[in-house]
Amino acid sequence: MAKHETPLLDQLESGPWPSFVSDLKQQAEVRAKNEAGVEFQIPQDAVEDLLGVLELSFKHGRTHWKHGGIVGVFGYGGGVIGRYCDQPKLFPGVEHFHTMRVAQPCGKYYKTSYLRELTKLWDFRGSGVTNMHGATGDIIFLGTTTPQLEEIFYTLTHDLNQDLGGSGSNLRTPADCLGSSRCQYACYDSNALCHFLTNEYQDELHRPAFPYKFKFKMDACPNGCVASIARSDMSFIGTWRDAIKVDQDAVNKYVENDPGYPANAGAHKGKDWGPFDIEKEVLALCPTKCMKFENKTLSIDNANCTRCMHCINTMPRALRIGDDRGCSILVGAKAPILDGAQMGSLLVPFVEVNPENDYEAITEVIESIWDWWMEEGKNRERLGELIMRQGFQKLLEVTGIDPQPQHVAYPRTNPYIFWKEDEVDGGWERDVVEYRKHHLR
Amino acid sequence: MATVEMNGTTFEIDEDGFLLDYKTFTNDWVEYVRQQEGIDELNDEHWKVVNVLQDYYEKNGIAPMVRVLSKLTKYKLKHIYELFPSGPGKGACKMAGLPKPTGCV
Repeated sequence: MAKHETPLLDQLESGPWPSFVSDLKQQAEVRAKNEAGVEFQIPQDAVEDLLGVLELSFKHGRTHWKHGGIVGVFGYGGGVIGRYCDQPKLFPGVEHFHTMRVAQPCGKYYKTSYLRELTKLWDFRGSGVTNMHGATGDIIFLGTTTPQLEEIFYTLTHDLNQDLGGSGSNLRTPADCLGSSRCQYACYDSNALCHFLTNEYQDELHRPAFPYKFKFKMDACPNGCVASIARSDMSFIGTWRDAIKVDQDAVNKYVENDPGYPANAGAHKGKDWGPFDIEKEVLALCPTKCMKFENKTLSIDNANCTRCMHCINTMPRALRIGDDRGCSILVGAKAPILDGAQMGSLLVPFVEVNPENDYEAITEVIESIWDWWMEEGKNRERLGELIMRQGFQKLLEVTGIDPQPQHVAYPRTNPYIFWKEDEVDGGWERDVVEYRKHHLR
Repeated sequence: MATVEMNGTTFEIDEDGFLLDYKTFTNDWVEYVRQQEGIDELNDEHWKVVNVLQDYYEKNGIAPMVRVLSKLTKYKLKHIYELFPSGPGKGACKMAGLPKPTGCV
């Protein structure tokens, strides 16, 4: 018998999609029976109270968590999101319901042995409820009490060789697409870069020293499978700068509608779109119209290709990324608060991704941006907002990058153009008396 | 709200152990937080951080940014964590009696 009646939540157990309500009820039951004989360190009925408080929120149409919460582990300024229920008498099991962010492996590849260790710890010292994963990438442990935080941290670090993720005004947990581990489009090893930068900047991740939060994300190609251009202050997007590799035989297999060569690897098989038409589906859709198909030969004017990925996505067995690979760096993406949403703006069109020299070319850009933003950024001002306030030119100056046409989608339309004094003959020091000699009052 | 007692003085605090009212701050409060925050002994450097935080808060009505705290005290962030293991927010601001840090933490 459940502890609380949950008529509204019960409706969410029907339908085909996996029901979080059924899962929570199952977890509540597992804890109630406790067949494994776990010595629960937080209330045994925490999950039942979680369902209870959620049902109450459904009824009232408002949240029942108190404002904020500052908890953590010694040595770190972040990693734990404190939370307290505003109805502790009704739901004592979730009076404390803190969230712990646990750093995830790049690409989110796991072994069951590792996940079993994690869940064993969380069943013992937490609610057993998780979020796999948070939007930033972390493994999320949902719900424990303050005294358990140091205990969990001890076991994580000593027995599981596992650290917390980031929270607060610092570098948040970096995340990546799965990259070259199982994708032929990967222009660099996004897993390796993500892992390297996470380790390199542990200090910046655990101890908030920034004006506000800062995120890294690594996409190994412009398809953006980790959405770095929208969800990271600094976005690393793989690309190449030589020619797309064309296998003409394979192109013709696509054109002949060979069943082994379905367009887009069969992504649209759910509907009859007619036979594949290379003119309509590839050439006409190329944003720069730099492709031709004549005499069974596909040619690409690579100098005019913007590497949008469309042709490669459509004919993956025939077209491959080039061999001269690296990544672009885009900066400033953020959600709307305070002065409007932003996506990343192109800062470095092409940079080498070289693990041999510890990604020197990339860390140089990162650190010069941090030096500037840490000094000039206002309290709770994202990098994107500092760029808007002080100007993209300032960003170029501090990173030592020369302005180039690729930095803009279009040139400015207003004429409010600032010049530096030393760019103008004679400077700004003028004598009005001298002027009056030629122009009478 | 919960209360705690230290050397005969009673303080009203929230769940995270922050003082509800800055005006109720006394040196007994510092002693209470010292015990909570894993600090063995208070030295002049701890007091300097506390004093700088209080001066700034009284003047500006907010806690200083981490970088400003470093500049005013001339202590690097690393050293502030050596003094206050929970860091400048949860550790030092709490000891100084400042309101709980807010926002997306």
